[in-house]
Amino acid sequence: MGQAFLDNSLWRNIYCVLAGDSTSCAARDYSPGLLPAGMEWLAFTLAAVAIIALFVNGILGGVILLIWGERRLFGRFQSRTGPNRWGPFGLLTSVADAVKTMYKEDLVPAEADRILFNLAPILISVPALLVFSVIPIGAGTYVADLNVGVLFIMAITSLTTLAVLTAAWSSANRIAILSALRSVALLISYEIPMALALVGVIMLAGSMSLGDIVQAQGIPFILVQPLGFFVFFLAAMAEMARAPFDLTEAESELAAGYLNDYASMKFGLFFLAEFMAEISTAAIVTTLFLSGWKGFEPIPSQFWFAAKVIAVLFVIIWFRMTLPRLRVDQVLKFAWKGLFELTLINIVVTAILIAIWPQPTTAELWAMAAINWPVAIISIWGVSKLLGTPDYEKPFPESTNPVYPVDSGSIPASSVLNADSSAVVESGGDQ
Amino acid sequence: MAIRTQPVTVNLGPQHPSTHGVFRMRVMFDGEEIVDVEPIFGYLHRGSEKLAEERTYTQIVTLTDRMDYVSSMLNNQAYILAVEKLAGIEPVPRGVWLRMIASELQRVASHLVATGFLLQDLGALGTPLIYAMRERENILDMFEMLCGARITNSYLRPGGVFMDAPDEFWPALDRGLDDIIQTIDELEEYLSGNELVFSRTKGTAVITPEQLINASITGPMLRASGVDWDLRHRAPYDYYDRITFERKLHTASDNYARYWVRVQEVRESVKIIRQCVEQIEPGPVRPSFDDVPRLIRPPAGDAYVAIEGSKGELGFYLVSDGGIAPYRMHVRASSLINLTLLRDMLIGGQFGDLFVTFGSVDLNMGEVDR
Amino acid sequence: MTTVWSGSALAEAIEAFAPGSVESSAGSDVWVKPESISVVCEGLKTRPEFRFDLLSSLTAVDYIDHFEVVYHLTSLPMNASAVVKSRVGFGRIDPSIASVVPVWRGADYQEREVWDLMGIRFAGHPNHKRIMLWEGFPGHPLRKDYVTYDQSIASGASEATTLSDGGD
Repeated sequence: MGQAFLDNSLWRNIYCVLAGDSTSCAARDYSPGLLPAGMEWLAFTLAAVAIIALFVNGILGGVILLIWGERRLFGRFQSRTGPNRWGPFGLLTSVADAVKTMYKEDLVPAEADRILFNLAPILISVPALLVFSVIPIGAGTYVADLNVGVLFIMAITSLTTLAVLTAAWSSANRIAILSALRSVALLISYEIPMALALVGVIMLAGSMSLGDIVQAQGIPFILVQPLGFFVFFLAAMAEMARAPFDLTEAESELAAGYLNDYASMKFGLFFLAEFMAEISTAAIVTTLFLSGWKGFEPIPSQFWFAAKVIAVLFVIIWFRMTLPRLRVDQVLKFAWKGLFELTLINIVVTAILIAIWPQPTTAELWAMAAINWPVAIISIWGVSKLLGTPDYEKPFPESTNPVYPVDSGSIPASSVLNADSSAVVESGGDQ
Repeated sequence: MAIRTQPVTVNLGPQHPSTHGVFRMRVMFDGEEIVDVEPIFGYLHRGSEKLAEERTYTQIVTLTDRMDYVSSMLNNQAYILAVEKLAGIEPVPRGVWLRMIASELQRVASHLVATGFLLQDLGALGTPLIYAMRERENILDMFEMLCGARITNSYLRPGGVFMDAPDEFWPALDRGLDDIIQTIDELEEYLSGNELVFSRTKGTAVITPEQLINASITGPMLRASGVDWDLRHRAPYDYYDRITFERKLHTASDNYARYWVRVQEVRESVKIIRQCVEQIEPGPVRPSFDDVPRLIRPPAGDAYVAIEGSKGELGFYLVSDGGIAPYRMHVRASSLINLTLLRDMLIGGQFGDLFVTFGSVDLNMGEVDR
Repeated sequence: MTTVWSGSALAEAIEAFAPGSVESSAGSDVWVKPESISVVCEGLKTRPEFRFDLLSSLTAVDYIDHFEVVYHLTSLPMNASAVVKSRVGFGRIDPSIASVVPVWRGADYQEREVWDLMGIRFAGHPNHKRIMLWEGFPGHPLRKDYVTYDQSIASGASEATTLSDGGD
């Protein structure tokens, strides 16, 4: 564990400044340290606490900004202004919302299982934060570089569903249960294409460490792995239950699904976790497919990372703004009959390419991209043909036979009260 | 080994974001499949029919506004036509043209609301709804020019309308009609290329024309099943016999067809309004008080008049005993009757289709409960 | 233009297939005896000379000494309309008539509404419950003798109720 921390340049700098240890940080002379000699253990701990505080607060600040940005973008998409009253450009709207949320009455349903009901918001926020620990947000800026980083992310993100299930079960609400069942179905279905979509990336990078994957991206893997990106992006959208896969919340069907009975800051934690999941998804996509923090000098790598994350977030919000929701059976069909096949095609093609170029250089990556893109376009087209909604067999409105005969009979004029006006039957309103 | 499951009963509504008002459904689910549906309503019942018995014929116009509050002008028109038939009032031409323009604008507004909310129920998070509502806003502005009110208009009076359109109304109308066509083009583009909308709406909640007719359901729902039945054409009221328009039919009778018919009807309504604007002639907008007194006392008897409302046949049945207030007023509420087949349309379907179907039926709780 | 059946012609035509079912006719209206309403409606819907396949409206009027159930019928194939009425509940004692839901599904909610607000029973209705008001609501508000809450306070009565046949 200690070694993993020591690789982290951000942490190391804090540690060296505190401890005055110049052997770990050879770049410049740190002695004397802020702490007296022999207190390296304290420096170690303080540096760890500092970096955790930095990450957690950074993420929370990012969430606040994201909520504001999302609402502003919603406004733009819907030809209105969006929140612009509180602070410059309405930047403090989310802060005001957070304060309001905290001051709300904390209601717990009488039927609820109190322990689980209170546990669920914690359960959902911890994994949402943990995901960020392995993501390198800049050159040497990360909490830990696990050598199984990809596996860690897959494992941690699926814990969210456990929290959703706990929340739904403990609030003793049938609508919430329906929503949790949908969440579980989504997890089971989309975890497989999501994991398989990453196999190509792992094969190319030859490592599961996110740091190594970023290093391996001579060109962004989105160019080399278009199918992998396509599947992973959609599966990640489904995993975090974003439109068009927002079945668990499904405002127009389940009202708010598993969140129905939560109020005050418990709801706030769920809300935070949801947006943290959005940021973490964007961060993972950036790391795995958009070459992470890489960019050209002199712009710092952290800014590159942030810019790419914001771009991905914009696409996610764009999706949410424009697309209607799919039905449960269609979502599951899409996973098993669509994405699953695409990942298998991707794995086979990538495996063949890796067999030809075992250690791909940048030029060889471009060659792979040239082969992968036609494969991706053809296979996506094929799957969309397979799963698409068939058009009506009979074109409309040219139906030769009237479905229901109208005006096909006549009654004797002697029976008619308004006999004189019945003479104008044909002229009335006809073309 | 099969898992033993049992259906779950869930109450959806009366407070629910997608029930278009205070409507409640007791739904029995087997997993995601709908086993049984029982619509429960009455939360908005205000006793309009009873209230009408204590008001004069002119005062009741304001009550009709509040029945189907997204198509007030059409309610006004149906009621006024019933009063005119009961009291034998001959309307003045300019008043009739104006109220035809007003009611067709209202039909456009109502269809836009229906279309927008259908897409909202599909889960499109507001964007198409706001686009539709933006256009409706223009129409409401025009209503404001016509009568000073936006939603509860009370614009029509027995024999015509209560005031003439101001000069600035006509250019605004011309501009507004172009905008409506543009919005409809936008919406159709959104629809025609959107696989998600197709997969959600095509082939869901199919119902045969025979069932629809047997359940007294008319309007866009019936036309979406291929039956050429439009009261504006079959039983022309006002000056609809001087107007040519197409009745747009679809044969699929599913959610998509109902949506499609509404969108096309907006185009036809725009054509109708343009023809009205061409044919309108100067003159008084309502008969003088010598011809139609402020307190109308129709002779004893009854009259039933139905018009093509935005949601189907909208009828008013008035009984007079010779007094200044109707002895009995009954509204043939199309929204209420359109609900008759809701259960048949939903059973066997998926939960996700429930509110889509509900949106495609297009109902207004103010009219259902009255 | 929709053709409207004259009352006398319709009465004659109804008498032809259901003898003794018509009480009287005037203008466009035909009054049918309540006990034969099912037979008459079935005939009006299915017989080729009428084909009234659409029940436009079903309502009821309180005429103090009796109630009148009004059926407005439309024929899509013939583009014709007709009015059938039926007088029930003379003396305000238990007004009741056969349900036409087996003939037209569209009568379902309309009959429930008439029962709820006017208090006319429809024998054979599959779901004979109140529709707008809640079960146990005192009286039927559209009746002419219904005492509203305000009136009941003014007159000192403890609870809003009708003078006759209150509740269900």
